[in-house]
Order: sequence, then structure tokens, then C-alpha cells
Amino acid sequence: MSILVVAEHDNESIKAPTLVTVDAAQAIGGDVEVLVAGSGCASAAEAAAKVEGVSKVLVADDEIYGHQLAENLADLVVSLGSNYSHIMSPTTTSGKNFLPRVAALLDVAQISDISGVVSEDTFERPIYAGNAIATVQSLDAIKVISVRGTAFDGVAAEGGSATVENIDSAGDSGLSTWVKEDIVKLERPELTAADIIISGGRGMQSGDNFKMLESVADKLGAAIGASRAAVDAGFVPNDMQVGQTGKIVAPDLYIAVGISGAIQHLAGMKDSKVIVAINKDEDAPIFQVADYGLVADLFKAVPEFDELLD
Amino acid sequence: MKVLVTAKRVVDYNVSIRVLGDNSGVDLNNVKMSVNPFDEIGIEEAVRLKEAGKAEEVVVVSVGSSACQEQIRTCLALGADRGILVETDEDMQPLAIAKALKAIVDKEEPGLIIAGKQAIDSDNSQTGQMLAALAGLSQATFASVLEIGDGTADVTREVDGGLEVISVKLPAVITTDLRLNEPRYASLPNIMKAKKKPIDIFTPEDLGVDVTPRVKTLKVTPPDERQAGIIVETVEELVDKLKNEAKVIS
Repeated sequence: MSILVVAEHDNESIKAPTLVTVDAAQAIGGDVEVLVAGSGCASAAEAAAKVEGVSKVLVADDEIYGHQLAENLADLVVSLGSNYSHIMSPTTTSGKNFLPRVAALLDVAQISDISGVVSEDTFERPIYAGNAIATVQSLDAIKVISVRGTAFDGVAAEGGSATVENIDSAGDSGLSTWVKEDIVKLERPELTAADIIISGGRGMQSGDNFKMLESVADKLGAAIGASRAAVDAGFVPNDMQVGQTGKIVAPDLYIAVGISGAIQHLAGMKDSKVIVAINKDEDAPIFQVADYGLVADLFKAVPEFDELLD
Repeated sequence: MKVLVTAKRVVDYNVSIRVLGDNSGVDLNNVKMSVNPFDEIGIEEAVRLKEAGKAEEVVVVSVGSSACQEQIRTCLALGADRGILVETDEDMQPLAIAKALKAIVDKEEPGLIIAGKQAIDSDNSQTGQMLAALAGLSQATFASVLEIGDGTADVTREVDGGLEVISVKLPAVITTDLRLNEPRYASLPNIMKAKKKPIDIFTPEDLGVDVTPRVKTLKVTPPDERQAGIIVETVEELVDKLKNEAKVIS
């Protein structure tokens, strides 16, 4: 049994969701190989070779892989596919983009966003926004699987010594081209990697008011998130969204400010270790999952909280 | 240009689902069903393209039981011109749905296909990408802005960390994200008009599509319940608990 993990990377380094995916691959068992497809990605490949428990790193270094375009990346993975029993990627926007394409071209099902490994062909995954957990068995020869970032601890980034092998590019499909990106340079930790998250909801009333959360976040070394309601209201950009249709997080501490706690939001954060809710509506459903609830006007409570952290 | 839009019948997003006692699935009896919200965004985008003179016809397609006609009617009331149902009582999984949709794409030859980025029941986020792969088409998932050009479309995508713009060759499969648009409500006259719009019905056999499930659901269980904690009275008490009891801040 041999497993291929398609790495999430930025050509320089390997991203944390890759370590989580390797962890899930090891739970399945067998040889774990990592594919690094990128452009000028030698550093990322070196980093992948050091990841604990990886036996081989395959490197496809070609400008057509520079932006992880789904069509080209899928063609490359499919060209390698028949060598493996499992093909895995993290459930990131990149993994969600190319992996179903791989499955369809191999004529196999994909098991999305697994949260547990039962056996080599049977997995657990959340459905209905995490309100039910399905145990599913793949009947296909090749299992194509994406892995939920919060469900496994992740292996160590150092300690391995995999061999590195260069492989040929599978060519440009010519179907799509990358134009530009507008990636927010974060001064704070990424949502999916943060130990502490403070999130605002519709109760924040405006985007400006998120500055209150920024001050707290800076003192705690926290990331800032938002509910879908806050995104829909235009307070903050979509990449801050925590929930069923946004990012799934499980930090040590999650502070929900002015968030009512719709099931779609809870789906994205209820696996957090400690949950704090600050809301003036004592009937808000968020209090049903909070370890510590504070029924208060957030415009008074948050500045006070901020001051007490000094 | 003809635009093909997908619409999945799902449990309404306001419904709290209940896992069945025998762990065979979730209870769908007497539960309100709706068009998957991301598909509704797809319909809205297609109708706007038609209103802007960039599309001539909007065709909505659903795959599933005969009850899906209800959701197709909803889409027709929102402005789609006609409907197609691929009717089956089989447990339809993304790969099978994508194969059925591919057969419809071959028949209809649309210039653009719009699907929701995920269905809110199975949360797979697969069908659009699989359809693009099977039909040999380009794809732009998680779209927040769609600009149709000459033979190509520029699509702004919601990605981890921000936004990305890609240019895709048409026909392409676009999957919708939340901020692409805000869907309208159907007006009463449009609901009446929708009743007269045609719906063509095919079976997977008519289309020559194998829809045998590839994934077996062994059981469905409720998630671990999280117990509610305590209500603190003051901000001081909260900070104290976080520092000294939970020990998550220092």
C-alpha cells in the first residue's frame, strides 16, 4: 500500500495542513510519498523531505504549477495516480479545487474532509454542517481523500530524511491562466493555525468596530475571525469567515463576540478546546456551547477585557 | 450564450437535522426542503447575465427524485427559462451526478455552467470540479466576481488568505461562493409564470450513465455533544477563569 500526499506549499515552505494530511496518511498505514508541484519549489521540496515519516518526495518544478491551477495539477496527479492506493490532500481551497478533478479523471469517488480513519477503506466525515458524522466505506481501488485540518495533530516538520526525485511535468492544459492575486499579508497568525481566535459577528455593527478585536488579538497573539453574518453584512472579507462554508478551526481558545451561534457557525468552531461567548442576548445559542459565557454589551465588555490584559 | 445552472434539493438551511435512532441516516420526514443556497446564487448570477444581455437562455438542471421538480420550479420562478430533471431514486453521489450532468452538457452545449460550491447536506464540494474534469472543461471554483469576456471569463476566486483572479476558457464550470451576489426573492407573478415553463425529464439509463454508488454509508451518528459551561458575571471573572481555571491565557 502506497499513499501519495499532494503538498500544500508556497514554493518556499510546506504549509501546516500538509503535516496534518501526512498524519492522516500514517493513520491509514503504508508508505507515504509527498508530491510537491510548483515553480521554483526546490526549498519546499527540501522541507517536505524533512517531514517526519515521509519516504519519498516527488518534485514537479514547472512554471505551469506556480499557482496550483486545478487543470494542470490534476493532470499531473492523475499521471501518477495508478501507482498509489490512496491520493490525499488537505481540505484547503487548493485541495478542494483540484482533488475532485483527480477523482473524476480516475473514475473513482472522492471522500471529502475526513475527520477520522477507521480502516484503509473506511473513514469518518462530518455532514450537515457537522450535525452528523457519517462513517463511509470506499468501494474503489484508488481512494481519493481530503483531510480536515483540525481532525489530526499533524506530524513533525523535522526529523525525516526522504529521498527527493524530480518528475516530468504533465504539460499545460491551456484551459486557464492565472491573472493576479490579492493575498492579505497577515501580521497575525493564520486562522487555521492560531492557538487563540477572537471572532466578531453581526453584533459588531460595523467593520470599523473590528478594531476593538484587533487590539485584543495583538495582546493575545490571536487570529481574528468572523461569522458569516458579519461577512454578509460587509464588515470584513470572506477569508475571515469561520463556519460550514468558511474555515474550520479548533484553537485552544475561541472568543465569540456578538455572534449568535447559528449552526453554520458552530460547525466551524465547536471543536475548539475552550469557547468564550460575549453576547447581550442571554438566549443566544452560542451560550449552549460556551465554556464561559458573559451576557453583556460587547461595546463595554471588549474594551474592559482589553484593558485587563495589560 | 446558453447558461446551464445546477440545483440540488437539500434540507433547508434553517432546519436542525436529527440523526435516526438506527443510525441509518438523518430524519428527512416532514422536513422543509429547499434549493441548495449556493445553487440559488448560481441561478441569480445566470439570470443577471441574461438581464445584462450576455446570455440568451438559462437552463436549470437537477438530479434526483421526482420531488426535485419542486426546486426546479423555484428556480424557474427566479428567472430560469426551462428545467431538466435527471430522475432517479438511487443514492446519487457526486461522481454519478457529475456523469449525469456531463451527459446534459453534451446535449445542451451550454457556453457556461454554474454550480454551487458545495451542497449544505453532504458538504462534499466535488460536483462542479468533477463535471469540469469529465467534460474536459476549465473550472473556476469559489467565485466571488464573474466577468464574461470574448471566449474567456475572468473569475475572482475566494481562496485561503484572500482573493485570486484567473482567466478561464469558455465553456467553463464556475462554482459560486457567498459574495458572488445576493439572490432575489421570487415574485408572485413569476411564481405563476414558472408553472407554465417546461421541464424535460430523463433517466440515467436514457443518458447512458452508470450511477452505481461507489461509497457505502455504514452508519450516521450524532456528533459528540458539547456541554454548556458557566455564565460569568463580570469581565474580571472571565479573565480570571481564563487565566487560572482554563489556563489558556497568561
